[in-house]
Amino acid sequence: MNIHVEARNVVKRFGPTVALNGAKIAIAEGETHALVGRNGAGKSTLVSILTGLQRPDEGEVLFSGEAAPALADRDAWRQRVACVYQKSTIIPALTVAENLFLNRQTERPGPIDWRALRARARELLDTYEVDVDAHVLAGDLSVEQRQLVEIARALSFGARFIILDEPTARLDGPAIERLFARMRSLREQGVTMMYISHHLDEVYEICQSVTVFRDARHIATRPVADLPHDELVAAMTGEATAAYASRSRTPGDRVVLSGEGLSLAGRYTDIDISVKSGEVVGLAGSASSGKVGLAETLVGLRKADAGTVTVNGTQVRPGDVPAAMKAGLGFVPEDRHHEGIIPLLSVGENATFPIARKLGRYGIVSPTRRRAKAEQMIEILDIKTEGADQPVGDLSGGNAQKVVFARALVDDPTVLVVINPTAGVDVKAKQALLGAVEDAVDRGAGAVVVSDELDDLRICDRVLVMFHGRVVKDVPRGWTDHELVAVMEGIED
Amino acid sequence: MTTLTAPIPRVRLARFRDLTLVPVIVILLVVGAILDPTFLTAGNLTNVLQQQSAISLLVLAEAMILIAGKFDLSLESTVGTAPAIAVMMVIPVTAGGFGIALPGALAIPLALLIGAAIGAFNGFLIIRFQLSAFIVTLAMLIIVHGLLQGPTEGKTLFELPDSILYLGSATWLGLPAAIWIAGVLFAAGIFGLGYLRVGRALYAVGGNTDAARAAGIRVDRVLYGVFIVGGTLAALAGILETGRLGAIGNNMGVGWIFMVFAAAVIGGVSMDGGKGTILGALTGVLVIGLVQNILTLIGVSGFWQPVIYGGIILIALMISRIAGGKAQD
Repeated sequence: MNIHVEARNVVKRFGPTVALNGAKIAIAEGETHALVGRNGAGKSTLVSILTGLQRPDEGEVLFSGEAAPALADRDAWRQRVACVYQKSTIIPALTVAENLFLNRQTERPGPIDWRALRARARELLDTYEVDVDAHVLAGDLSVEQRQLVEIARALSFGARFIILDEPTARLDGPAIERLFARMRSLREQGVTMMYISHHLDEVYEICQSVTVFRDARHIATRPVADLPHDELVAAMTGEATAAYASRSRTPGDRVVLSGEGLSLAGRYTDIDISVKSGEVVGLAGSASSGKVGLAETLVGLRKADAGTVTVNGTQVRPGDVPAAMKAGLGFVPEDRHHEGIIPLLSVGENATFPIARKLGRYGIVSPTRRRAKAEQMIEILDIKTEGADQPVGDLSGGNAQKVVFARALVDDPTVLVVINPTAGVDVKAKQALLGAVEDAVDRGAGAVVVSDELDDLRICDRVLVMFHGRVVKDVPRGWTDHELVAVMEGIED
Repeated sequence: MTTLTAPIPRVRLARFRDLTLVPVIVILLVVGAILDPTFLTAGNLTNVLQQQSAISLLVLAEAMILIAGKFDLSLESTVGTAPAIAVMMVIPVTAGGFGIALPGALAIPLALLIGAAIGAFNGFLIIRFQLSAFIVTLAMLIIVHGLLQGPTEGKTLFELPDSILYLGSATWLGLPAAIWIAGVLFAAGIFGLGYLRVGRALYAVGGNTDAARAAGIRVDRVLYGVFIVGGTLAALAGILETGRLGAIGNNMGVGWIFMVFAAAVIGGVSMDGGKGTILGALTGVLVIGLVQNILTLIGVSGFWQPVIYGGIILIALMISRIAGGKAQD
């Protein structure tokens, strides 16, 4: 077995923080190798070292046994390693063709021949079987299409080693399946891959070996087949953690949230939903099912074309978030970066926005009372922060999401709507967040959980499966993954 | 699943997005012709173009800087200061010069050099010190204008060397030289930003700096380049204006920057960077020039003209918003 890519004893410091401390990884030729670890374990730093964006303070990187090229020699790096980064490196205002050949639009000096460029782009897209028009603007593509374009571009430099940094984070179920099919066919062509993901089931599905990093160190490298799930989680967290056990409960009789006859053109049609006190209702479905649109209507972020939403007995004016919140609703929006947090403001301010009016009179917010409330939330949700005054932008993904939860929970809501609550957070934070939902429900709230992750839906007393804008099935607790996915994909009804 | 199929060919229309102001220009030509019979004469239209040639160079400069994702307010101050300082280096003390009395032929190269230096200094502060382009160039707008007022003590420079008057007053092949110069530079801009790698790099840098860097584009070098070219174009605009007016007044260029931004933005250049074309910016300049001309021809009081300019800019924005289909940023 030839080692294609190897990093030995890599040390990387950023000021006082040690991001990698004697870390190592060895990836055999032609395998798909997973790199897992909690947030802050050093995965991203290793990616930037393996792609030649940063120089390790100590240690070395080898490609097929040879020392890595000099940092300035970008072309040499690109011939050895390709990377699809977590953050999109597509420029939306340019066409797909130009994105594919950015900064190498011409093969020889002189003006750009746009026709020839499009032809080269089509050829490249055909080679990697990407069904996208070369002349459309990259900004008009779906997330999945953009990612495929990035993969094609990464491979077009001739690298036989490709790093995929959380590629599934923003894809829905079928798109993930298609990505995996593509990865398998690349593997058959002999391409070596390093795969980073928070989803351990994906690691089992697509990878042959796995390396675990924890606290900037290498913990273990094992063939995936020999590593049981709980051992892998234990290696990541440093302690034995059981899979999240959801609690059983009996829902009350009072309906706290209901939607009647809700329709929104292009999203969902004629939906009735009701959630009782002490009940968790899941909403599942593919990206085009309309589940997120429905949840956003329930909280008032979207205005339905028809139908009514009743929160805690009050009929809420459509599209009026403050009214819904006043009626006792708390929610966690889909994208924490866009709608969840204000990164420059402190943890305390972010967490207490909904109750600002209760923290003082005549529009004045009392800093002492805010701090007290914020500290209480930090303790309840176990937010790892230097204190209530730290800007949320400095926190890790999982802790930032906890702040979003704090905001949703701070007014002790009777209705809680959470959309993709555990997106981009690690195993332990995931459990804490799901626990927070169940705590609120134990206190008598009703909750709606919208998620692409089956694990999140396990806490639900029943799951409403949506397909093309309609609720097609009401699945009670005790479903299997296979059952639920089949309904979500519309294979079975 | 439908996610993998390409969007409908609506995007084919995207290549005409540059031309969304063409209907506005047509309407203005028709309205102008109806309101005043002299409007559609060659003499009047040449006049419009000549009046706009100086400011159009500023629009060209600002469009490039905006596309690269930056901002430059100080261009309008460079318009007056660069030729003024250059002229003061060549004219005698009695005419208001510094008394260095360099050869008169050096006035134009000196002016361009001063413009380039101001651009380079802007770039230095913004790129090297990572300061906000808005605030840096706002401060530079004030400083550079002060560098005109200080040495001249507020007086207008009348005794100018012939060399600096030539470009703004000469006629080449029956058209004012200023129109030729602006025309050639716009053609170069359209070609450069459409067909050269370095031009496309502006879009990459303005659209997503990290992606540009990952693609091996030397982002800092590109940004220095646009600021320096911008300053040089502003100095050239000042030279043309000097020739047209025959003197360098204390307020030359002052207040232009608002029209420059208006022209660039109604021409489809995004304030957020990465979007827009030089051709679009040119149509923006033409709209503003035609509006000014029509208002003057029909005798609208100069005191009321700003209200109408502003209104027309808003209407042009709305039309291009509807024609372009997308929300503007």
